[in-house]
Amino acid sequence: MAIGLAHYLTVAAILFTLGIFGIFLNRKNVIIMLMSIELMLLAVSINFVAFSVFLNDLVGQAFAMFVLTVAAAEAAIGLAILVVYFRNRGTIAVEDINMMKG
Amino acid sequence: MIVQAIMFYVFAALAVASGVLVVSSRNPVHSVLFLILAFFNAAGLFVLIGAEFLAMILVIVYVGAVAVLFLFVVMMLDIDFADLRSGFVRYLPVGALVGFILLAELILDIGSSVVASGMPSLPAASAAGGVALTNTRALGDILYTRYLFAFQAAGLILLVAMIGAIVLTLRRRADVRRQSISAQLARTRAQSVEVVKVPVGSGSR
Repeated sequence: MAIGLAHYLTVAAILFTLGIFGIFLNRKNVIIMLMSIELMLLAVSINFVAFSVFLNDLVGQAFAMFVLTVAAAEAAIGLAILVVYFRNRGTIAVEDINMMKG
Repeated sequence: MIVQAIMFYVFAALAVASGVLVVSSRNPVHSVLFLILAFFNAAGLFVLIGAEFLAMILVIVYVGAVAVLFLFVVMMLDIDFADLRSGFVRYLPVGALVGFILLAELILDIGSSVVASGMPSLPAASAAGGVALTNTRALGDILYTRYLFAFQAAGLILLVAMIGAIVLTLRRRADVRRQSISAQLARTRAQSVEVVKVPVGSGSR
């Protein structure tokens, strides 16, 4: 049987769901939450590339590259914030981040 | 074609399995390593579908930079990870519920819209314009012409991210002695040398 667009989209959907699931599951560990976001962005890239190939339009691959750029920038900034937060508080438990709650 | 199908299922199964282990593994270091495995398998899927350039970029950028950054941070911070996992069971039902609903919706969406419309399965080449270009060449052709400004904006985003990360994590420690070159150069003879007349027999203080 031939591998079609639906196969790729299904893999992407499963990976995206796993990302959402990971954010719900690890409500305290910001590092795993960031990794889940990376997983979701990877799923989005797979969607972009699959549609780009099956519709014979390269724009999708160009935008997958932009998604990758944003993912890299997001990881760098997120981890920098995490390091600063750990330096100030000595923990990375996200449930403690309510200092600015009004 | 059958080899392609087998490879697709291998890559897809490994990517999904490592995705499961990313969100469920006990040790964050293992999570990062499974994330790397997931990226490698996604790169394999990209090669299989004909997007070689993005596959290589995925390996270089994600595995070589982002995942290693995660690994550094996980190993550098001294965190009690057992404490962070205490809410794991509590959030499991709601997470599973939301995940199941989302997955069911996505699969139903894919099944109803894409398969029914009769997409062609696996075109021969993804090159634009009928000319047999390589994937990298074709991607460069549109990236540097039609999407030049978006490309520049992507570079700007990376620059801002780099500056932001440096500014956020840079700290000036008060307890470290630093060389102040301007203070050294501004010193005059009058500030630093003192001539003392010592009386005979009393010694200098």
